[in-house]
Amino acid sequence: MSISSDTETRGWWHRNQMQLAPWLFLAPGIAFFALYVIYPIFQSFNISFYRWDGLGEPVPVGFENYRQLLDDRAFYVSLRNNVKWLLLYLLAIPGGLFIALFLNQQMRGMRLYKSLFFFPFVISQVVVGLVFAWFYNPAIGLWNPLIGLFGFSPMNVLGNPNTVTYGIIAAGLWPQIAYCMILYLTGLNAVDPEQVEAARLDGAKGWKMLWYVILPQLKPATFIAVVVTVIGALRSFDMISVMTNGGPFGSSRVLAYYMFEVSLSEYGFRMGYGAAIAVVLFLIMLVYIAFFLWRMWREERGS
Amino acid sequence: MRFTLKSAAATLALTTALAMPASAELTGNLRIFFNDQNPAPKEAMEGMVERFQAMHPDLNIELTLIDREANKTQIRNYLTANAPDVNGWYAGNRMRPYVNAGLFEDVSDLWDGPMGEELASTRPALTLDGKQWGVPYSYYQWGIYYRQDIFEELGLSVPTTWEEEKANCQVILDSGRKCYTIGTRFLWTAGGWFDYLNLRTHGYDFHMALTAGEIEWTDDRVRETFAKWRELIDMGAFIDDHTAYTWQEAQPFLVNGEATAYLMGNFLVAPLREAGLTDDQLGFYQFPEITPGIPMAEDAPTDTLHIPAQAQNKEAARAFLQYVASAENQTIVNDVLGQLPINRNASVADDKFIQAGFEMLSNATGGIAQFFDRDTDAEMASAGMEGFQEFMVLPDNLDDILNRLEQVRQRVIAQ
Repeated sequence: MSISSDTETRGWWHRNQMQLAPWLFLAPGIAFFALYVIYPIFQSFNISFYRWDGLGEPVPVGFENYRQLLDDRAFYVSLRNNVKWLLLYLLAIPGGLFIALFLNQQMRGMRLYKSLFFFPFVISQVVVGLVFAWFYNPAIGLWNPLIGLFGFSPMNVLGNPNTVTYGIIAAGLWPQIAYCMILYLTGLNAVDPEQVEAARLDGAKGWKMLWYVILPQLKPATFIAVVVTVIGALRSFDMISVMTNGGPFGSSRVLAYYMFEVSLSEYGFRMGYGAAIAVVLFLIMLVYIAFFLWRMWREERGS
Repeated sequence: MRFTLKSAAATLALTTALAMPASAELTGNLRIFFNDQNPAPKEAMEGMVERFQAMHPDLNIELTLIDREANKTQIRNYLTANAPDVNGWYAGNRMRPYVNAGLFEDVSDLWDGPMGEELASTRPALTLDGKQWGVPYSYYQWGIYYRQDIFEELGLSVPTTWEEEKANCQVILDSGRKCYTIGTRFLWTAGGWFDYLNLRTHGYDFHMALTAGEIEWTDDRVRETFAKWRELIDMGAFIDDHTAYTWQEAQPFLVNGEATAYLMGNFLVAPLREAGLTDDQLGFYQFPEITPGIPMAEDAPTDTLHIPAQAQNKEAARAFLQYVASAENQTIVNDVLGQLPINRNASVADDKFIQAGFEMLSNATGGIAQFFDRDTDAEMASAGMEGFQEFMVLPDNLDDILNRLEQVRQRVIAQ
């Protein structure tokens, strides 16, 4: 037997097959990811240093667009709204958890209840936005008669700069809670009944059982729920577009919507300025993405 | 007998030859992108194409109807790649980006002929840099549509001065109604109010200078305009919560009699009639005088057709625009649209509101403005209308708003 001579004669392909095969399988994905994600990111960086209406010749302006951002009131309003979205949207996680705990029991017709709770996630965000816009409508909506029952005076939720963002977030929470609920329901299936049994023998129940026994086992589900909720909050675009168009007078804009408005809407086409906003949004997301990747890497190494 | 027949045929041949000038042998394709899919404009455009086709049987006409809003972004794509031969757009500064980028064909040659005389009233609106860039087919008046029956019930007459307008409004408010309905969710409706208040307070020339970016927004004269607006806001003349409504959602207030008037374009009439208001209930009057002695100027947005610079069949496109501009076509088209023809030889439909609009615009000695968002730069328009909406809700923010608008103006003129 001459193994060594065998490998020598089998050629380059056979020698490197093991290393090459994964790259070949990944190649189409990498190619498209590079073309449609990586390349545009650098393109946006580049465009943000120009003044360009999308038609004529781009004029290089250096950091002018970023300087303008610094004293643009609309930019700060959008940024503040982004923070509100990020914080309040996280309410979807405990919301989803408690509904999941509530629904995680054996009972006749439970599947029907589960699907009813899951329903808002199935319908499109645009439809949710429309439904809530009608719900809040001060002339025909159900919201004012509803709060009237509790003695509150009528309010114009989507037309008032102080309430509009909360109104939209509430609409966004409805499907997001359903999404988190599903994640936790599947997570609860994986909870080890023996551990629950053991904890019960040790006298744990109620909140203690939840906090020390159930929740640690739901950690993977919680992690995914946080990830999708943060992403959902940062791309909160469609609801704002459908419900208010960023109004009244720009008080419900977030960065993603402001970027769209500046560069692609009816009165927009300031591509450079829009790209500058996109870059800022990208850098904010980068912090979060970096944390996410770092955590994944740490867990992979740990296991 | 034979002789007369022959001469009759000859006359016929002669008249057809006259009706169809040298361009009668138009061939090839004519691709038209029209920017409205609503029933009336669709019917009007299809009729135009059909008649033009009958005149040029060898021409292969292809008509594409694009949604009005979608066209506002799609135009940028189709003008730069695979351009049609004719496309729909708007007059005024709205043409500016495409003219500057060299994407619209200069059609001054059409305007040099008799057509230019017939369309004279809109020549300024289609002129940029001393050249004409398109042809108008229709326009419509703006003004105050009001509930005639409620005015009669309250014993009010049509106001012609600002004082009368406010006195009327006080009576209306005392009767438990609002004076004006408006839905500012999409901002532009507030632009109409600003246009009229500014046109009536300071006149056409000032308004055009302001919208062209030549006057500071912090100018005292601008503040005077806003002060007039504030008089109405402080009275509580406008419906509550208008920021939540679109212009359509604001209509029921007028139909139900909760508000008595609506400052709007003539396209308001069709939905109000559909909602059940009769011509006895609905009336129209010109926005009243504010500063005495200033010639009355009006908003009358003009809808236009253009030839993209990259069109393939410009000869056929020019012939089509010429037909679009003709008195015969404009009479038919505007009858269908329920709007006003621009060609001065065209006749006007027998309709209460169209007649009133025609009368008003024929006597608009002050001048004809397009509309706030068509007269100003796009960036200024969006910032301006947002400011107007904010002012209508929080009038105390005026200084802040005007400073912001001035900031935008300076950036725009610096470019």
